[in-house]
Amino acid sequence: MGRRKTVYVDSDILVIGGGMGGCGATYESRYWGRDLKIVCVEKANIERSGAVAQGLYAINCYMGMQWNENQPEDHVRYARNDLMGLVREDLGYDIARHVDSTVHKFEEWGLPMMRDPKTGRYQREGKWQIMIHGESYKPIVAEAARKAATEVYNRIMVTHLLMDKSRKRVAGAVGFNVRTGDFHVFRAKAVIVAAGGASHIFKPRAVGEGMGRTWYAPWSSASAYALPILVGAKMTQMENRIVLTRFKDGYGPVGAYFLHLKTYTENAYGEEYESKWREDTKTLVGDYVDRHPVPTCLRNHALLKEIAAGRGPIRMVTKEAFQDPHKETIGWENFLGMTIGQAVVWASQNIDPKHTNPELTTSEPYVMGSHATCSGAWASGPEDYAPAEYQWGYNRMMTVEGLFGAGDTIGGTAHKFSSGSFTEGRIAAKAAVKYVTDRGRDQPQVSDAEIEDLRKEVYRPLEHYEIYRNEIVAGTVSPSYILPIHALQRLEKIMDEYVGGISVNYMTNEPLLTRGLELLGMLKEDAASLGAEDLHQLQRAWELQHRLLASECVAQHTLFRKETRWPGYYYRGDYPKLDDEDWHCFTLSRYDRDSGKWEMEKAPVYHIVD
Amino acid sequence: MPTFVYMTRCDGCGHCVDICPSDIMHIDKTYRRALNIEPNMCWECYSCVKACPQFAIDCRGYADFAPLGHSVRVRREEEKGMISWKIKFRDGREKDFVSPIRTTPWGSIPSPAELAAPSADMMKSQQLAHEPEALNVPVLPALRPDQLKQGLV
Repeated sequence: MGRRKTVYVDSDILVIGGGMGGCGATYESRYWGRDLKIVCVEKANIERSGAVAQGLYAINCYMGMQWNENQPEDHVRYARNDLMGLVREDLGYDIARHVDSTVHKFEEWGLPMMRDPKTGRYQREGKWQIMIHGESYKPIVAEAARKAATEVYNRIMVTHLLMDKSRKRVAGAVGFNVRTGDFHVFRAKAVIVAAGGASHIFKPRAVGEGMGRTWYAPWSSASAYALPILVGAKMTQMENRIVLTRFKDGYGPVGAYFLHLKTYTENAYGEEYESKWREDTKTLVGDYVDRHPVPTCLRNHALLKEIAAGRGPIRMVTKEAFQDPHKETIGWENFLGMTIGQAVVWASQNIDPKHTNPELTTSEPYVMGSHATCSGAWASGPEDYAPAEYQWGYNRMMTVEGLFGAGDTIGGTAHKFSSGSFTEGRIAAKAAVKYVTDRGRDQPQVSDAEIEDLRKEVYRPLEHYEIYRNEIVAGTVSPSYILPIHALQRLEKIMDEYVGGISVNYMTNEPLLTRGLELLGMLKEDAASLGAEDLHQLQRAWELQHRLLASECVAQHTLFRKETRWPGYYYRGDYPKLDDEDWHCFTLSRYDRDSGKWEMEKAPVYHIVD
Repeated sequence: MPTFVYMTRCDGCGHCVDICPSDIMHIDKTYRRALNIEPNMCWECYSCVKACPQFAIDCRGYADFAPLGHSVRVRREEEKGMISWKIKFRDGREKDFVSPIRTTPWGSIPSPAELAAPSADMMKSQQLAHEPEALNVPVLPALRPDQLKQGLV
C-alpha cells in the first residue's frame, strides 16, 4: 500500500457528485464566488454520470410562471398532496420559485425543448412536466459545470467526509482514484454533498444478469446519505422509500403515456380497477384518497390489491393511442431518450404497443429524495420565510456546520426531479459561498491522524483480500472474507424480507424490523471483512458500505414511524392505518459513529396556510 | 449481456472505459480490447455504445427476460446535433427514429465568470444567478413567514 500516493487538494468549496445537483452547485458557486477555488469530484465521469446519464425525455418540474401556468405555491400543494401531507414546504417553495430560471438557462445552453405549435409555449406533458429531446441533457449540463469549476476530478470514489478537529465543522472529504488507486484528501471550507440516492438496497425483481436494470441507476449507491450520516448529520423521512409502477422488466417510464398519450390501465380482463378499491383505501387513509391527483402510493396500492385479488397482470392500454403515428413516435422516443432498456425488452419480446397492451409491474423500493418521495438530510430553510424551527444557519446547510446538500441528499423536497435538483444545487452553492465568505480566514483544521486512519480503512478490503486469497485454491468461497457482491445480495435479501420489499408485498412490522436490524448489524460486522480483488471491486466495497449504512437508517425510521402513511410504498402490519394525530410529523434520526446508536425524534410540519 | 464488444471492430481505444457510469467497461489484458466485466451492473444506458468510434459495442437484452434476436442500434452525431435509432424486433419488424440532441455548438456555454460580477446587495438577496431576468417574470416570488403554520390542511 505504500506505493499509493496521497494527493492533497485544497479548495474553498468541494462539490461531491457531478450529477444534476452537483453540476448546479458547481455552476452557481462560480457565479457568486469569482475568486474561490471550486472543486467537483465524481466517481464516474460527469459527462455521463448520475441518474440523468442516459438522458431524459421530460423535465418534470417547471412552473411556467411567465405564462401564468403555475405558481410555486401550487407546486408545494401538489407535492404535499402526493406525499400524504408531509413535505418541507419551505424548501419545496424555494426550489419552485427558482426552477424556471434554471430551465430557461438549459434552453439557452442548447437543450432542445419541444414547443406547443399552437401557443409557442413549452410543450406540456402534464401540469408540471415539459417535453424535451434530452438525450444530451447531461453532457450539456456537464459542460456548464466544467466551464465553472476550477477543477473536476472524475473517477474518484469519495468514501468519507472529513471533520474539523473540533468535530463540529466539516473540513472536506477523502476517497480514492478508481483508476490509479491514489488516495485523495480534499480539504475544503465548505462541502456540498450532491451524491446519488439508493438503488440496490432492496432485492430487485431480476436477480440474474438483469439485476442492473433497476428503475433507479445501479450506480446510485446511497452516498447521498451515508456520507452525511457518518458525520452525525440528521436525516429525515428515510422510511419514505418509493415504489414505482412501470412497464414490466425494463421499468420504462409511464408519465408521458398517462399524461400526454392518454393511455390508461386495466386489469387482465379489460376492467378499470382503481375506483373499485377506493372505499377500501379510504378505511386506511381517510380522505387523502379523494385528493387530486390521487397520490402515487395510493395508485400503487390499488394495483397491488387488484393483483392480489387474482386479476393481474395489469396492462397499459396503448393500442388506441398508438394508432396515431405522432403518438407512436413519442411513445418510442420516450424510451430511447431515457430508458433504452425498455425498447430492448419490447423488441426482444415482439411487443409493439400498437398491437399489444404491455404489462405493468411495481418495482422494488428505492430510497431517494427527488422523485415522488423525499428521503434525505434535514436542512436549514431559506432565510426570508422559513419557520424558526427550520432555520439554524445557511440555506440547505445540514445539522453539521459547513455541510450543505442538494438533490437526492436533501430530505423533505419531493418532486424536484432533474431541474429541481440542479436548482437546489444552485441554492446550496450560493449559501455555501456566503458561508465561506463570512468565515474569512477561519479555516477548518484536519488532524493528520484522522487522515491516516481513513487511509488505512479505505484500502482495507484490498489488503484483506491479498492476505487471505491464498488460503483457498481458487473461486469465490473464502472463510475469511466476503466479496462485495456477496454482501450486496445479503443486504438486499435482509431489506426485502424484513423491511418491506417485493417478496413480502411491501409488508413489515416491529418484530420483522427488529430482526432485520439484528441481521443488518451482523452484516455491518462482516463488512469489516470485505475482500476486494482490484480497484473496481474496492469501489464496489465502498458502495456497499454506503448502501448498508443507509439501509440501517431506513430500517430505524421505518421502525420509529408507527403508522402506515404511504400504503403502496410500504405497510406496517402492526399499524395498518394512517395516523394524523400522532404522526403528522417528520421523523428525524442521528447516528453516533462511536457508539453505533441511532437517536430518533419527531419534527413538526409547517404548511402554507392561506 | 447488456453491452458486449465485437472482437473484430474494437481497437482498444478506451472511450467506453472513460465514459461508463458504472465502471464496468474495462480493457481485457489478453486481447487489448474492451469488455463488459460486470453485466449485472449494466443499466443498458448506452453511454458506451454512443461513445464508441468503431461502432464495436452493442447490447443484447438481459438474459433473465429478453429473448434473443432483437437489436437496438444507435448513431449519435455530435457535429450534426442528431441521434438516430434503429429498433429490430425478434420477428424482424423494424422501426427508425431520429431526434435532435443539441441546438447550440458544443463548447459554446459561457462560464458564469464571464458575466458581470454580482453586487454585495445581490449576494444578500434571495436571487440566484441570472435572476430575476431569467425567470421571465419581474420579481422572484416569496412567501411571508406568517404563511407557514403547523396543523392539518
